[in-house]
Amino acid sequence: MKAIQGIAIYVLWLRELKRLLRARSRLIGTLLMPLFFLAFMGLGFQRMRFPGMPGTEYSDFLLPGILGMSILFSSAFTGLSVLWDREFGFLKEIMVAPVSRVSIVLGRIAGGITTSLFQALAILAVSLAFGFRPRQWVMMFPALLLMVLISITFIGLGLSFASNMRDMQGFNLVMNFVIFPLFFLSGALFPLDDFPSWVRAVARLDPLAYGVDGLRAALLGSSDMSLAFNLIALAIFSLLAVALGVWFFEKSDSL
Amino acid sequence: MLPLKTVKSVIKVKKLAKYYDKNVAVDQVSFEVGDGEIFGLLGPNGAGKTTIISILATLLRPTSGYAEVAGISVGGNRDALRRQIGIVFQEPALDTKLTGRENLQFHAMMYGLAKHERRERIERMLELVDLQDKADLLVEKYSGGMKRRLEIARGLVQHPRVLFLDEPTLGLDAQTRRHIWDYIRRLNREERVTVMLTTHYMEEADFLCDRVVIIDKGRIAAMDTPARLKDILGGDIVNLAVPEGGEPLMNVLKDRPWIKASRLHDGQLSLTMVQGDKRIPELMQTAVQTGTRVTAVNLHKPSLEDVFLHFAGRSISEEETGHDAQFRFVRHGGRR
Repeated sequence: MKAIQGIAIYVLWLRELKRLLRARSRLIGTLLMPLFFLAFMGLGFQRMRFPGMPGTEYSDFLLPGILGMSILFSSAFTGLSVLWDREFGFLKEIMVAPVSRVSIVLGRIAGGITTSLFQALAILAVSLAFGFRPRQWVMMFPALLLMVLISITFIGLGLSFASNMRDMQGFNLVMNFVIFPLFFLSGALFPLDDFPSWVRAVARLDPLAYGVDGLRAALLGSSDMSLAFNLIALAIFSLLAVALGVWFFEKSDSL
Repeated sequence: MLPLKTVKSVIKVKKLAKYYDKNVAVDQVSFEVGDGEIFGLLGPNGAGKTTIISILATLLRPTSGYAEVAGISVGGNRDALRRQIGIVFQEPALDTKLTGRENLQFHAMMYGLAKHERRERIERMLELVDLQDKADLLVEKYSGGMKRRLEIARGLVQHPRVLFLDEPTLGLDAQTRRHIWDYIRRLNREERVTVMLTTHYMEEADFLCDRVVIIDKGRIAAMDTPARLKDILGGDIVNLAVPEGGEPLMNVLKDRPWIKASRLHDGQLSLTMVQGDKRIPELMQTAVQTGTRVTAVNLHKPSLEDVFLHFAGRSISEEETGHDAQFRFVRHGGRR
């Protein structure tokens, strides 16, 4: 049965929201890390400049990268939360329900987007409070869309990995060998101009690179590629990632 | 109670088999469960009980054979079958960051219950397992017994035809276990739901089940009501203490057709018979007639433990300590 069941998606989303609001420590922890990055790196590299740097300050350059980072981590975490549910047994309750696997994946994506966007918007709000201003307020809309797409991409990717793993040990493996390289190759902290050409070629396959560059285009008004190009590339990545996630999740059909 | 002749079957299993590589978990198992029965799968860990339940709940595909629940084949429309069943797993499957009621709400919505029906069913199920007062506490604050009750309630929310309980009292203390038994009987009666449970506790199968299948190494060793299974052993053993000798009494009794075996040893006359409790008056009468002085009487009822011993050639608890875990679906140490 391939039907998409709205009520199942809704209740999975609701569960995620309730868990988010109840896990105070997780909420604060996931907010503090990116804010520390932003504050310490922003201040530490305050006087750093490099040719063609978008934005006037390094902290301006950094903000889209940190937004991307925050969404990357929280989304991958949501994708991998299948492992968490398996660990605590709740996955069985989900898997035995008469609900299509597609609906389950969509429900998890809906929950994950909410969580990551909540964090990203909190970071953005703090930045605004400390004086950051986007080039045009109206450009917040494409920025929001980009953030949603980044989130979808990495939830899909996280689900694909989680469906192929049995236990929590895989979690650290994915974090260290997939998530961190994706983060560093994205150009979130520094431009990749001085890297060897093969590294830059690999970075072309990093969805987060398009996300971060797109956010710079939207928020700072200057970027390597155009906003439209970044949006389209990221949309393709997110579709692929969701398809992959659904496919693996259906195939594993595991407890 | 043997309702198969009169009541239609709600579970049918024919020559069901499940192999893992070359290991046999379930081997050519056939049985039927009547509507409204409490049916027990009894056997040691690793006997294949959980595998059978997993197949019937469409969580595992059988290697060969046929199985159906509520008229739907396990290879057929899985979602339709899943709507007909409730299942309580061996390990807890609750979201501990949600309250008891929220866990039930999640479940009811996943099963597509309409809003008013949802509210009504959830209240009714909470009442059935006496959790109304604790319904709005986070599940992480629940005791082991409360979690179990909540899971049983959850399994019933969608009005299933069959409720599967995989080791419903594993790891619970004796008192809590008795309570869970009472709840299972109550729900079987009040919700008119067929219950299929696995257990390796003899008393549990004996106390709860209308019929029991004894499973050993993936095969059915015996299947009947607990009482009849115990009768297979030849019945009860009645011991008469006869300190002044019991020869004359034994010689008279030996000829009675209902005495299966008799033995005189150490001033004790041991007699095997069906329904020994009803024969004691007659035994005492005969003793008086033969002038035998009897100073004590005791009756030993055979337990399912003895039955298992009889069929498997070893005791079920011996199995417990063995390394027989290859087919268990216990992923972590978190067994209750």
